[in-house]
Amino acid sequence: MNVLLLARLQFAITIIYHFFFVPLTLGLSLMVAIFESIYVATGKETYKRLTKFWGKLFLINFAIGVVTGIVQEFQFGMSWSEYSRFVGDIFGAPLAIEALLAFFLESTFLGIWIFGWDRISKGLHLATIWLVVVGSTISAMWILVANAFMQHPVGYTIEDGRAVLTNFWEVVTNLPIFSHFPHVLSAGLVTASFFMMGVSAYHLIRHNETELFRISIRLASAVGLVATIAVGLSGHTQGQELLVTQPMKLASLEALYNTEDPASLSIITIGNPVTREVLLDWRVPGLLSFMEYNRFTGKVEGILDLEQQYIQQYGPGDYVPPPYILYWSFRAMVGAGLLMILISLVALFIELKNLYAKLGWFIKILPFAVALPYIANTTGWILTEVGRFPWTVYRVLKLPDSVSLALSGGEILISLIGFILVYGLLITATVYLMMKFAKAGPVLTSESPAEFNPSLVAPSEGK
Amino acid sequence: MSLNTLWFIFIAVLYTGFFILEGFDFGVGILLPFLGKNDTQRRTIINTIGPHWDGNEVWLIAAGGATFAAFPNWYATLFSGFYLPLFLVLIGLIVRGVAFEFRSKDENPTWRSLWDWCIFTGSLLAAVLLPIAFSNLVRGVPIDANMQYVGGFFNLLNPFALLAALAVVVLLIFHGAAFLSIKTEGELEQRAKGVVRSLWLLVVLILVIFIVTAFITTDIRLRLSVLPILFPVLGAAAILISGYFLRKEQYGRVFLMTCLTVAFVVLTIFAFLYPRVMVSSLNPLWSLNIENAASSFTTLRLMTIVTLIFLPIVLLYQGWTYWIFRKRVSGDAKKLTY
Repeated sequence: MNVLLLARLQFAITIIYHFFFVPLTLGLSLMVAIFESIYVATGKETYKRLTKFWGKLFLINFAIGVVTGIVQEFQFGMSWSEYSRFVGDIFGAPLAIEALLAFFLESTFLGIWIFGWDRISKGLHLATIWLVVVGSTISAMWILVANAFMQHPVGYTIEDGRAVLTNFWEVVTNLPIFSHFPHVLSAGLVTASFFMMGVSAYHLIRHNETELFRISIRLASAVGLVATIAVGLSGHTQGQELLVTQPMKLASLEALYNTEDPASLSIITIGNPVTREVLLDWRVPGLLSFMEYNRFTGKVEGILDLEQQYIQQYGPGDYVPPPYILYWSFRAMVGAGLLMILISLVALFIELKNLYAKLGWFIKILPFAVALPYIANTTGWILTEVGRFPWTVYRVLKLPDSVSLALSGGEILISLIGFILVYGLLITATVYLMMKFAKAGPVLTSESPAEFNPSLVAPSEGK
Repeated sequence: MSLNTLWFIFIAVLYTGFFILEGFDFGVGILLPFLGKNDTQRRTIINTIGPHWDGNEVWLIAAGGATFAAFPNWYATLFSGFYLPLFLVLIGLIVRGVAFEFRSKDENPTWRSLWDWCIFTGSLLAAVLLPIAFSNLVRGVPIDANMQYVGGFFNLLNPFALLAALAVVVLLIFHGAAFLSIKTEGELEQRAKGVVRSLWLLVVLILVIFIVTAFITTDIRLRLSVLPILFPVLGAAAILISGYFLRKEQYGRVFLMTCLTVAFVVLTIFAFLYPRVMVSSLNPLWSLNIENAASSFTTLRLMTIVTLIFLPIVLLYQGWTYWIFRKRVSGDAKKLTY
């Protein structure tokens, strides 16, 4: 049994699964905090109902996000112990700081927020949700600090075969963080706003709680528009950074086999990854140079040249990440992103001009558009991580040197099957609950309307 | 004191905090199906730990992260060597954590009982497997010259570790029942107190058996000094004093004593371990210790500064949550959150 392959598969499955819930946690906590702030400022009951309704959906999502996060921390030691030995001196610190600064804050104050509605003053209660927002943001930052070291190692030297910290400030201000952090945060807001638009549209189509859901869709489409553009801009910066940090990732996601200057951007490229024969190749001349250099000339190195360089530099081996995965992931991500800019723009326009009567058909698209941010988040993550192949720490440590030696194929197979089964059951339950509460609307989450529709109110939901 | 020793102490403190705090909510989770005779009672039991369990669990995550940062070789050898038990702990913590949030969100009795069993199983798995891991740290496991664990899964399930698991589970159930006896009212309170009363003697007996066994089967007797003697003595004193408060029906103080007992049990393990962090049963020279498992001075110094600033803040706000939710949880279904 191939331990390395199984360990990679397990890491990919568990982290993609975890990252299904993280962006919504990041974005929705902020939306809920905004609603509660308006409630505290104006005292309007509508905003309390909004807070509770979106808060309930946030909590279902948070629960599964947080428990699957523990797996990630343990997994470094369990399956990737040689990696952990090699980088523990540098990589462990952000993780430990994340727990100390972020997880404690998030978990403790979320507990108070859930249970504290009648125990503490309104202002204090509001403060707890903002602390949750701060906690999840800090958490995202530290995990990206850790990840940035893997993408672009800085602030270290190698001593006795392992990386040793020399400059923590360099690690914290590592180049990729300045684009990755805004990218991930705005992706969280995009996810939350599309989620909110989708659920709101569902109710607006049915003329259910129109006041509440028009407020929701107004906030969501406005935030969505700003955030999708921010995602695009920070993504663009990331693309330019690759030229410096990971040219192979850049060449692979463009399926650019030969070095070009000016470099062309692929509209569609189809080829055979084994024989490297290109069957179909439509490209726009100079556009890739423009994206990378902000001018229509500039060299972008191709896969074949880079491969030769790496073989010379690091010895024989496979240095090409699977181009078809990167190529299509990139296009799915960017495609979903562009579509989302358009959708949030139209949704905002319809809401502000009150064009629901004329453009009702468009609103019916929104519940399906909830899939878009998830496609973009997942493919974006695949792009970043698969594009690192064959390195665990870029240009320093390879995957085969990172995997645990104490591990047998049987052990990791058991855990892989276990994770797949348990995660499968959990996502079924999560989707079921999300759908149930999203469709029921605020009746299940607020106290007052219980009187007019008792059949919908579970006894558990009265506060 | 060297930074390495300081970090050994920090990690001991984090695990101690974890076992005191999550210890009682593991106990509560294990008791759930037995003490809660109907749905409202089960919800009441879950609500006693509702605001706290998630924050309690972070102590484990922080301990794991601190081990990674301060002693990467310890983290790597331990987590890869004890792979399957830790995998099961993870599965336990996952289904348990989700269950708290999910169980009351649907009325269907099958749905609720499914999640109740998840809470029970998850709590039990963690409460059984973590002491198996810790007792093996002290007892010694096959670690080779390259710091690699070379034993299999069943190597970990030796009689000493199983006895440790039993002792800790019983202690945590006792600890959880003491917590429930000060957090519930009426029928539940009486039942929780009944568990505390009937378990006390068993807890004392099993801890005595465990200590005696530890002396016979491990190298503990060769390593006696001040702290490794003081901690178990204080732990024994705490559990005996809890018996005194039990007779006087002062359950708040009983709970205080169970907290201390749990704390001293964990501290005892770390005191006997020091300065080693994982004992090799193959060759004492191959044991991992606070020097050969540690990060660089730069990292340890950095982490020390961060911890000295933020750990007190965490203690303050976590303490505050216990103050906010200090009242007993009433069995009034309308007032239950989960």
